[in-house]
Amino acid sequence: MEKILEMRNICKSYYGNQVLTNVNLDLFPGEIHSLVGENGSGKSTLMNILFGMPVIQNTGGFEGEIIFEGKPVIIDSPRKAMELGIGMVHQEFMLLPGFTITENIKLNREITKKNFLSRIFGKSLETLDIPRMRKDARKALDTVGMTTLDEWIPVAGLPVAYKQFVEIAREIDKKNLKILVLDEPTAVLSESEVKGFLEVVRFLSKEGIAILFISHRLSEVLEVSDRVTILRDGFVVDHGPISSFNAISIAEKMVGRKVEILELPKRGKNLDETDVIMSINDLHVLMPGEMVKGFDIDIIRGEILGIGGLAGQGKLGIANGIAGLFPSNGSVYFEDEPFQLNNPGFALNKGIVYLSEDRRGVGLLLDESVEINITATAIQAYGEFMKWLLFLKIYDKKAIRQHAIKMIKELDIRCKSPSQPVRRLSGGNQQKVCLARAFTLKPKILFVSEPTRGIDVGAKKLVLDYLVKMNREKGITIVMTSSELAELRSICDRIAIVSEGKPSAILKPTDSDAEFGMAMAGKFQEVIMGER
Amino acid sequence: MVKIKNILLSNIVPIVFVVLCVSAIIIADIPINFLVVEIITRITRNSFLVLSLLIPVVAGLGLNFGIVLGAMAGQAAMFFAIDWGMSGVTGLIISCLLATVIAILLGFLSGLLLNRAKGKEMITSMILGFFANGVYQLFFLFFIGSIIPFSTKTMLLPDGVGLRNTVDLWGTLEGVLNNIWIIRMGQYGMIRLYMVPLIIIIVLCLFIFFLFKTKLGQDMRAVGQDMYSSEVAGIDVDKVRIIAVILSTVLAAIGQIIYLQDIGTINTYNSHEQVGLFSIAALLVGGATTRKASIWNAIIGVILFHTLFIVAPSAGNKLFGQPQIGEYFREFIAYAVIAFALAMHGLETKKSMAIQKAK
Ligand SMILES: Nc1ncnc2c1ncn2[C@@H]1O[C@H](COP(=O)(O)OP(=O)(O)OP(=O)(O)O)[C@@H](O)[C@H]1O
Ligand SMILES: [Mg+2]
Repeated sequence: MEKILEMRNICKSYYGNQVLTNVNLDLFPGEIHSLVGENGSGKSTLMNILFGMPVIQNTGGFEGEIIFEGKPVIIDSPRKAMELGIGMVHQEFMLLPGFTITENIKLNREITKKNFLSRIFGKSLETLDIPRMRKDARKALDTVGMTTLDEWIPVAGLPVAYKQFVEIAREIDKKNLKILVLDEPTAVLSESEVKGFLEVVRFLSKEGIAILFISHRLSEVLEVSDRVTILRDGFVVDHGPISSFNAISIAEKMVGRKVEILELPKRGKNLDETDVIMSINDLHVLMPGEMVKGFDIDIIRGEILGIGGLAGQGKLGIANGIAGLFPSNGSVYFEDEPFQLNNPGFALNKGIVYLSEDRRGVGLLLDESVEINITATAIQAYGEFMKWLLFLKIYDKKAIRQHAIKMIKELDIRCKSPSQPVRRLSGGNQQKVCLARAFTLKPKILFVSEPTRGIDVGAKKLVLDYLVKMNREKGITIVMTSSELAELRSICDRIAIVSEGKPSAILKPTDSDAEFGMAMAGKFQEVIMGER
Repeated sequence: MVKIKNILLSNIVPIVFVVLCVSAIIIADIPINFLVVEIITRITRNSFLVLSLLIPVVAGLGLNFGIVLGAMAGQAAMFFAIDWGMSGVTGLIISCLLATVIAILLGFLSGLLLNRAKGKEMITSMILGFFANGVYQLFFLFFIGSIIPFSTKTMLLPDGVGLRNTVDLWGTLEGVLNNIWIIRMGQYGMIRLYMVPLIIIIVLCLFIFFLFKTKLGQDMRAVGQDMYSSEVAGIDVDKVRIIAVILSTVLAAIGQIIYLQDIGTINTYNSHEQVGLFSIAALLVGGATTRKASIWNAIIGVILFHTLFIVAPSAGNKLFGQPQIGEYFREFIAYAVIAFALAMHGLETKKSMAIQKAK
């Protein structure tokens, strides 16, 4: 079979910093080709080159050649890439929040019809044919399994997973699609959604579309790919058919060393189960796609509580409700005092910090430095990292720098220096900055959702380690919401499983897979009842 | 409850102005007939100019202070049309055509400039307005009659170089559009509806409405929301923005012609200056922001802002015994509203001010 794409000897440097060196990549029609590597190894950069992204042009272009269907091509803008039949789902969302799903799917490929003005002034004054656009959008959404999602609602406010499917729907709606680049599409999806997603990917590859797939979840990579290319620090360290690899060999090639297994340090003193720090009763949260419909739990001071469950069952809604980001009601007590819902300021003042699963939404200051981003919330909300100069309160730059360097080391944030703008970090390293910012605060309770989303296998352990360390050393109570059960089971003391917006079971990490499975399916109560 | 509160909060500016207007009307005790006549005149006169601001807002360029350039084009075209001996409807049509040509050129240039100043469009267009005013003065004060031939000597200053301060349109272009079709209503036919300008304004509204249903309008809306994502989707962001600025400038030029034929005299060196200020203030009073504006914002804004204009002097007179205070008050309002909108804009885009200082 003839290759559809060859990227030859690709070299790229950003501001004198070499991030890709002599990278070669080839692709056959209908092939699923995975690209794996640590955070910052150059995966997105390589894909941005293929898609002619402005960031590449604005930073001096690249070296090497791209051969498409046997002919050398110059791809200097996304438009050019699209004309060739290359589509891309970017690591960050490229959706216009104020547009409806249909308008987003059809962005710049709107179906139009002639009118009398367009006959005089040309095509750009043709009117949009909304019914036909909706029909196409509907079809694309159905293909990706979003059959119940209304195609005429605005994108703003959709749960992240839905946004991701909308992005994929947008790409597959492109009729001339030959290559589809998926840059960490599954990072925002839960395990069950991933299953549906991989179905879609297989379907597309059967249609003859070549797929370049980036993911940090090696199980997915092993499951769907035909071939894999492994990047480390901008070099291709290995490539070949997937059958010649397994999870461990890929991970080791990526990281360049053995991957350790997490071990939990012991607690100084045991948890006192009667010391409840927060008591949640009958919590209802109106979060579209993640409704909470009467959740209760007592959070014990000093524990790590996990919240798990399938996507759409409401696990994400709980922390969002407590943090005041979505309308909610119920009776919540914090340290035996009534807790005000629907008031983000109140939560923050009481020492309750929330790290949202929607990292784009919580806003890194992309043009600010890494150190400022890490300390921003601590400075603004709690006045930390300030010192007195005579009678003026000023920023303590030394303390900021020291702390930033410490966090950069602890979480292995790959950056040139603490003063580098966050925009110039890779997607995963931006995530780590988000985490560092939340970890910088010394909250009483830290709510953290999907902490390891978008983070590579090696760094995952660092993040979980750090959570445990905060918990053990500073006694911070942690409530971690995650769609990765393995992650919850590795560090939590208890795990609450949510089903249909209600608690379905509270399990120990040592409980069996079967029990977790039943709890997720919402069948736990019935089974327990039946046994009695 | 929360919903009602939100609706009130998001329309706070027009609500405040309704309250202001109603109280001023009551204080000034102005006869309603007079008020209606005046408001209708102002709608006919100003709406077109205010509507010319809508497109750039939607395309994400914010408030286009550069419409003064359009206004200049409109005026300049009228001077030449008169000098060429044109009058009546032909004169007006020629003025519009010439103005359009000049405005397209100016709009294109300002579009290029604004594309180089992404994120700072409003201040850039404001400064551009000042700069263009300088060029305009140079042109009509020193070049006309010297380098550029101008035959109508009565319009020139005594030494034959430079235009006079005021150019009277009587007998040439005054009321040309207004007088084509007038409908009289009310007592003694006091309320006169100038149908042609009104129809033109309605047509413009329909056009704007139509525009945002087309591919070009959709691109503008997309670019206005997120330039980066639009560019990645393959939209030619720079081109769309330039088209938006051109359209706005051309509309402003025609708007200025409609405005001047109604007024009847051109203040050669002033007429265009306040156009930007007052049109923008009117749009904001109607509830628009730097990122969101609709036809209704424009129309309501014109009504409210100009009602205040009409009644403020009398109210000032009644309250303080001095009409002057009312005059100051309306200038003050115009600037205050714009300052408020810009401050809100600044707040939204730079929430990180405190952090900036850390650097
Ligand atoms: N706009 C930019 N300016 C400067 N440097 C950049 C820019 N974008 C990325 N880099 C640098 O290029 C390197 C590769 O980044 P890239 O985004 O390709 O990584 P990645 O493999 O996609 O990682 P991740 O898994 O975290 O998404 C990193 O060292 C990063 O700091
Ligand atoms: Mg990346």
